[in-house]
Amino acid sequence: MKFAYYPGCASEGSGIEYHMSMERTADILGFEIQELEDWNCCGATSGHNTDKLLSVALPARNLAIAERSGLNMVVAPCAACYSRHRYAEHTIQHDPEMRRKVEQVLELDLAGSTETLSILDVLVNKIGTETIAAKVVNPMTTMKAACYYGCLLVRPVEHTGFDDPEDPQTMDQIMKALGADPIDWSHKTECCGAALVTSRPDVGNPMLYRVLKDAKESGAECLVTACPLCMLNLDMRQAAIEKQFGEKLALPVYYITELLALACGDKPSQVGLEKHFVEAGTYLRTIQVRGAEARAAAEKAAQEAAEKARAKAEAAAAAKAAAAAKKAAKAEAASKAESADGQAAPAKEAAAGKPAASADGDQKKIDAFVAAFNKNPDKMAAKLVADEAQAGILVSALDDKKKSKLASLMVKDMELAKKAAAAYVQQELKKQGECQS
Amino acid sequence: MENSVLLSPADNHQKALIRKLEQEAGTSISLCYQCGKCTAGCPAAFAMDFPPRQVIRMLQLGLTDMALNSNSIWICASCETCSSRCPRGVDIASLMDTMRREALKRGKTDKKVAAFNKAFLSNVKNFGRTFEAGLLLRHNLVTGQPFKDMELGLPMLKRGKASPLPHMIKGRQEMKKIFERVDQFGGEQ
Repeated sequence: MKFAYYPGCASEGSGIEYHMSMERTADILGFEIQELEDWNCCGATSGHNTDKLLSVALPARNLAIAERSGLNMVVAPCAACYSRHRYAEHTIQHDPEMRRKVEQVLELDLAGSTETLSILDVLVNKIGTETIAAKVVNPMTTMKAACYYGCLLVRPVEHTGFDDPEDPQTMDQIMKALGADPIDWSHKTECCGAALVTSRPDVGNPMLYRVLKDAKESGAECLVTACPLCMLNLDMRQAAIEKQFGEKLALPVYYITELLALACGDKPSQVGLEKHFVEAGTYLRTIQVRGAEARAAAEKAAQEAAEKARAKAEAAAAAKAAAAAKKAAKAEAASKAESADGQAAPAKEAAAGKPAASADGDQKKIDAFVAAFNKNPDKMAAKLVADEAQAGILVSALDDKKKSKLASLMVKDMELAKKAAAAYVQQELKKQGECQS
Repeated sequence: MENSVLLSPADNHQKALIRKLEQEAGTSISLCYQCGKCTAGCPAAFAMDFPPRQVIRMLQLGLTDMALNSNSIWICASCETCSSRCPRGVDIASLMDTMRREALKRGKTDKKVAAFNKAFLSNVKNFGRTFEAGLLLRHNLVTGQPFKDMELGLPMLKRGKASPLPHMIKGRQEMKKIFERVDQFGGEQ
């Protein structure tokens, strides 16, 4: 797959790591990016604050270069560049009058055939998270990451549209493919203050602080971004924010492309990690150690569970054999009695009817439990597994077979059901561990 | 009388201006039923003299000068939250953008924001790209705060995150022409 590549002005300065890791990401995942020849600045916020025609004409020149190169898919990693190019595309395609003016300004014809894509859209919808997961050699296991989308990757919906504007998931999906645990938090699409942090820090700084603080309070140990301006604010200005608001945040910030390249075996220097302001290497080493420990523990637990299950199966088989022998002996005795007394038969039938009826009742209970599993898996899982995180894993592991098995065990013996649930959790953990290693 | 507000219907001049703003913003203010969802979600409303809902209300009442003079249009970060949440589909962010441009034409701006925009676009016009380091330096000098962000300058240079010289594209003549022709269309877009 080949894309035209619009690096954006930040790629030559404050966002140089984004450019480095973008090139590494393309290389690792095996897609081609061809830099637009002699591209110009999109005008960013200053452009659309000043003149509408200018704000369309500047990105339109780049789109014309893409059209000439024959590459219609343009990847623009910077969220603001992406937004301005999408706005220009939208205008060229839907506003004929504006399009004529832009063509006059640029002195060329526009076909309106390009589609500018964000890096998240490319990674999830063009490359696919399975492809990414398959390349991971250093999984980010136990990394508690706040995926920060900010504004322009998801808004306005008519220009973006590849993800939900309120609770986007594409970056979370990529992080999961890298083995990390993206956290749930409320500020994933709140504005970081953007250019206001530079032009009006009295307004921008409190906005930036709220994003950082919410990430911290929601249990994040780091932030992930796909925008060089968000990075500049979150990373370079974090120390000033800590000072102003008197609070230690110490949250390393990463580009999604940096983490992808690192998880796929790159060295930190290959993606420019040492250029960050908030020290970013220590946390990665911490999760390497912590992740390895977690994987080893999961493996051990799974082994133990398997051992136990095997012993139990053996015991059950022995018991079954003994019961069968007993039954055979009984049947023999009964047939002897029957031949001795014909009237015993109806009595025996009546006796047999009773357990059948109670089995019927059990089936109803089992069905009710299965229905409950389908309706409210979290609640049911909580009944079986005390630990909240493990209950979550159980829910993700449940399929129809496991649900009916657990339901029938719950009817018979709650303790057995709990043991089975624990075994499923271990199995799932082991499975995840295998995927990652 | 200074604080009183004239609630008589807008005169023709104001009506024409509102129509122009609506057309350029590609939206209609009459759709707004003042629910306040835009204000509730606005991350910058805390610093505005009039929150977004009230700015829209001013336009509905024909109070165009009041709306164009409010600092709200310069505090707006263009984050698009209001537009994406409006239950009536009013593109408030686009309206804010349009009002900023209109206010700029009338010489009413937030000095710092306007100085930043001017410096930014002069980079684009002359080099074809933004020259971040030069931009920040120039902005800080023009706005009389030469020591702002000084703690970032040297570390950025050391880390190779600030180029000491601008990157210039080959098509610089093209860029100048784009700016000139846009100026020729002047004000009617």
